[in-house]
Amino acid sequence: MAVEPDEAGVKGGRSMMENNSYVVQRTIKGFLIHMFLIIFAVTCLFPLFWMLRSALMTNETVFTDKSFIPHTINFGNFAQAWTEGNFGIYFFNSLLYTTCVVIGIVLVSSLAAYSFSRLDFPGKNFFFYMFVAAMMIPLPGSFVPLYRLMTVLGLINTRIGYILCMINVGLSMSILLLKTFFDKMPSDLEDAARIDGCSRLGIWRHVALPLARPALAVIVIFNSLNVWNEYILATLLLNDRSLMPLQRGLMVFQGTHSVDYPLLMAGLTIAAIPIVVIYLAMQKHIVKGLSSGAIVG
Amino acid sequence: MRVKNFSWFRLQDNLKNFSFVLPAILIFSIFYIYPFFDIFRLSFHEWNGITPSMKLVGLQNFQELMQDGVWWQAMWHAAYITLIALTFQNILAFALALACDREIRMKRFYRVVFFIPPVLSEVVVGLIWQWILYAGMQDGQHIGLLNYWLTKTGLPHLVHNWLSDPTTALTCIAVVHSWKGFGWGFIMLLAGLQTIDRQLYEAARVDGASSWRLFTNVTVPMMVPVMLVVVILTVLASMQVFVLVLSMVGQGLGYHTEVPVTRILSAMTGTNRFGYACAMGVNFGVILIMVSVAFKWLSNRMKQA
Repeated sequence: MAVEPDEAGVKGGRSMMENNSYVVQRTIKGFLIHMFLIIFAVTCLFPLFWMLRSALMTNETVFTDKSFIPHTINFGNFAQAWTEGNFGIYFFNSLLYTTCVVIGIVLVSSLAAYSFSRLDFPGKNFFFYMFVAAMMIPLPGSFVPLYRLMTVLGLINTRIGYILCMINVGLSMSILLLKTFFDKMPSDLEDAARIDGCSRLGIWRHVALPLARPALAVIVIFNSLNVWNEYILATLLLNDRSLMPLQRGLMVFQGTHSVDYPLLMAGLTIAAIPIVVIYLAMQKHIVKGLSSGAIVG
Repeated sequence: MRVKNFSWFRLQDNLKNFSFVLPAILIFSIFYIYPFFDIFRLSFHEWNGITPSMKLVGLQNFQELMQDGVWWQAMWHAAYITLIALTFQNILAFALALACDREIRMKRFYRVVFFIPPVLSEVVVGLIWQWILYAGMQDGQHIGLLNYWLTKTGLPHLVHNWLSDPTTALTCIAVVHSWKGFGWGFIMLLAGLQTIDRQLYEAARVDGASSWRLFTNVTVPMMVPVMLVVVILTVLASMQVFVLVLSMVGQGLGYHTEVPVTRILSAMTGTNRFGYACAMGVNFGVILIMVSVAFKWLSNRMKQA
């Protein structure tokens, strides 16, 4: 069976030295709980490990060699996938789209949320509930009219068209999250800045945004995951290989090189590693975002 | 008293305030609200997606949809995936959350690891599992890891063409979907468990309650609101699953693994029937809203009970 190195330390309970039935019982219980958790932890990690392992093999060995650590490690697949498999271009595109969309969402949604929370204008509630309602109504198949719209606007097969669509996708959730955050935030600092003669835009830029950093972190991480992993709009809106992001590129690659598994696995690794690294670095914010989502919902 | 140009000043003030939300409203109107109404309009038309003119056909698309066997079959497939996600995935998530809701070593490690599948894309997940479930042979050896292990561990009768056999393909998709999704439920349920006041448990213990009584009379009632959120999110996500289907089996299995969104997609890109695709979208959207309203109603009933 697959046993990962980090699972070696199954020492859930206390030492068995104390000859006390209660302690023994607790130790056994702790051990069973750990076994249960470890089995599923391995189930979560193993497919990723298998992907990485298969990416390090050659086309000759990958079908027959089933050992966990391949006998000859071959890093060439990554270079080949990067250049011949076009993954370098796909990677660059994914990076570009994710960066632009996330910056766009942060700017647009924080301006809007700040206004919804602190400023006043007629129809404020109407517009705010419009965004909330959009989150509540599931609209499968909305990509059909969106495709038509993009064709009419001449934005099909353009970077800017895809970026604008993806900004829209993340907008409602980000506005709602930021508005809730601003509502709870005391406004003393903003009042002080206003008395000192700071303009509305200045307060937003120099006071509200820095203070909202925890909420912004949640927005950045969730939208990054979402854009990096997005598939359907990228498929419908982008036809040029030079414009495709990774997820779309992977499916194109799989369609044309269906048997070249080591290369495909190298491509998958290229697509998966950045997101896993970002997740590991920012996982505290993810847990926070999800937990607050659970309680708000 | 108001000065005469005060209202002029207020208008200017309102405009300045409004300009903050203007970018958001512009983007939202163009890319959400307009398509939202357009999908209804298009659903009453027959249109091939290319010609500038489209033909008004009234409710014909919807009438055809009611008799479209493949569409309702696809709906059942999605319901089947949802059923597996609701039972298998959510019970697993709850069990793991309960196991983690205590003073336990490596708690952080488990929490981090269980959320790795959800951050991966459906394309990546689908292609990795397709490789593990691969059914071919070479040199008398199974290529796919699962079939290889089944032969090695003395279970060769279980070896199967997992993804090319119509009877197992959908279940495989549902299980992989649950693998990818249980981390969400786990994190949300764990967060819910941690908000339960420990004193409730202690009070019940002092009164002599067993662990099982503690679970059924304290934990479960306190968790009902969070569980319902998880259930509704699971239903909405599982009914709309489709990228996983495309990346695991593609469109190579006839209609055996079709789900509603793949039907919409193939009506649009395959047969160029944009109006029909929109009618499907409207129909499916209404069904999803009805399902989530039903769950909301049910949750209110349960809260009162």
